[in-house]
Amino acid sequence: MLKIKKTCLYDEHVKLNAKMEEFAGYEMPIVYTSIKEEHESIRQNVGMFDVSHMGEFIIKGPEATNFVNHVFTNEIISKENGSVTYGMMCYENGTIVDDLLVYKINDFEYLFVVNASNIAKDYSWVIEQTEDFDVTINNVSSEYSEIAIQGPNAEAAVKALLNINLDDLKFFYFGNFEYGNHSLLISRTGYTGEDGFEIYAYSDAILEIWRKFVEGDVTPCGLGSRDTLRFEAALPLYGHEMSDKITPLEAGLKFFTKIDSEFDFLGKAALLKQKETGLTRRVVGVELIKRSIPRANYPVYVGEQEVGYVTTGYLSVTLNKPIALAMIDRPFTKKGTEIQIKIRNKMFPGFIRDKKFLKKNYKSKGA
Amino acid sequence: MSKVLDGLLYSESHEWIKKLSDDEVLIGITEFAAEQLGSIVFVDLPEAEDTIEKDSEFGAVESVKAASDLVAPLSGEVMEMNEDLVGEPELVNEDAFGAWFIKIKLTNPEELDSLLSPEEYKNFI
Repeated sequence: MLKIKKTCLYDEHVKLNAKMEEFAGYEMPIVYTSIKEEHESIRQNVGMFDVSHMGEFIIKGPEATNFVNHVFTNEIISKENGSVTYGMMCYENGTIVDDLLVYKINDFEYLFVVNASNIAKDYSWVIEQTEDFDVTINNVSSEYSEIAIQGPNAEAAVKALLNINLDDLKFFYFGNFEYGNHSLLISRTGYTGEDGFEIYAYSDAILEIWRKFVEGDVTPCGLGSRDTLRFEAALPLYGHEMSDKITPLEAGLKFFTKIDSEFDFLGKAALLKQKETGLTRRVVGVELIKRSIPRANYPVYVGEQEVGYVTTGYLSVTLNKPIALAMIDRPFTKKGTEIQIKIRNKMFPGFIRDKKFLKKNYKSKGA
Repeated sequence: MSKVLDGLLYSESHEWIKKLSDDEVLIGITEFAAEQLGSIVFVDLPEAEDTIEKDSEFGAVESVKAASDLVAPLSGEVMEMNEDLVGEPELVNEDAFGAWFIKIKLTNPEELDSLLSPEEYKNFI
């Protein structure tokens, strides 16, 4: 039987009366008070997530940079030490193994942060790819815990509560910081469309920081609001907008690949071919006219013809209207195309739109 | 412990039923059900003159995270749906027993006998 794991913050979640559910093999908090309140606290003030379930791999060795270049869709060779880069790993056929953040410590050492649900798959896959490279990979997922603190007041909260000044930390960069006797790795990254940080450390430090944040009125937020927040910011989620059946081009993530550069990587040939022959489908935004909730996998129609499916959809908390991301066959991906989504055997009319549901509030300095 | 009101009938799918006459009832969901769902953001209901059939899905209640089907505790024809819930679905969380969903005219009033008493429902939840 599969043993359900707990993060180091499990007891804290229970103390806060969180509704706990199994996610990616972990018992995780879905919601503490209300998804809407938690969502709004991050849009307007500051909130935090326990994301200790995320996976971390350390890639080390004389050929670490070449290896990362080989398995990672995005450009890494020219990146500075201390930078964070978003991208994907692809199979030879161009479909997606996982999406991840790559932290460049130096040319010989990198940190991969991968989806919790894909840790085992990713780890065995990256190990298989090491054959021609002088690198070692360690899965340190169980050693590292992680808190994401997000929202317009995240920087102020970290300064006030941990006495750490992150003013100089640029968007998509990380640094090492001291807190008491603990060392923390902090990056200016997140998954909400707001400014904020992800803090990686050993469990004892994370537990101390979580309690400090709770005392300091940082709102604990569950995976429910994590999903509504990332969705409004049109940030993709593996298993929805991406999968081993979907390529980065179909997911609308070409920007995070180096297919137009001189550098080769796994899946590049297949993606170039797909680019050349043309996409048959693509993830687009959809807005419905009548109040309703278009959920994942609901079919999308143009007239009588089924032209795709919803990948994620909600009644947007911020916009208070039904919006969705959907995988739609071309040529129906054109903005303004009138579609219908079948919700419980009823057709709800709407139209194809851009994915800019929300203006992202990143701290643009240096980004 | 969720409130269970006297003077109503209940279903195992967590609806409450209020008899208005021998063959007219109001249907809503119980406080227990509303609490389980969390913040309700959308209620999808049938319209007047639609028919509903006992044990079949007749609509849905959605919280941010999940949609839950509404299962008809009785068969009948919809006379009225509560328009207020379309604009203010949070009324269900505020007062589950006040926020009725639909008013129906029963096709088989004897179906009422299959419902739970307040005492039976209390033991059920």
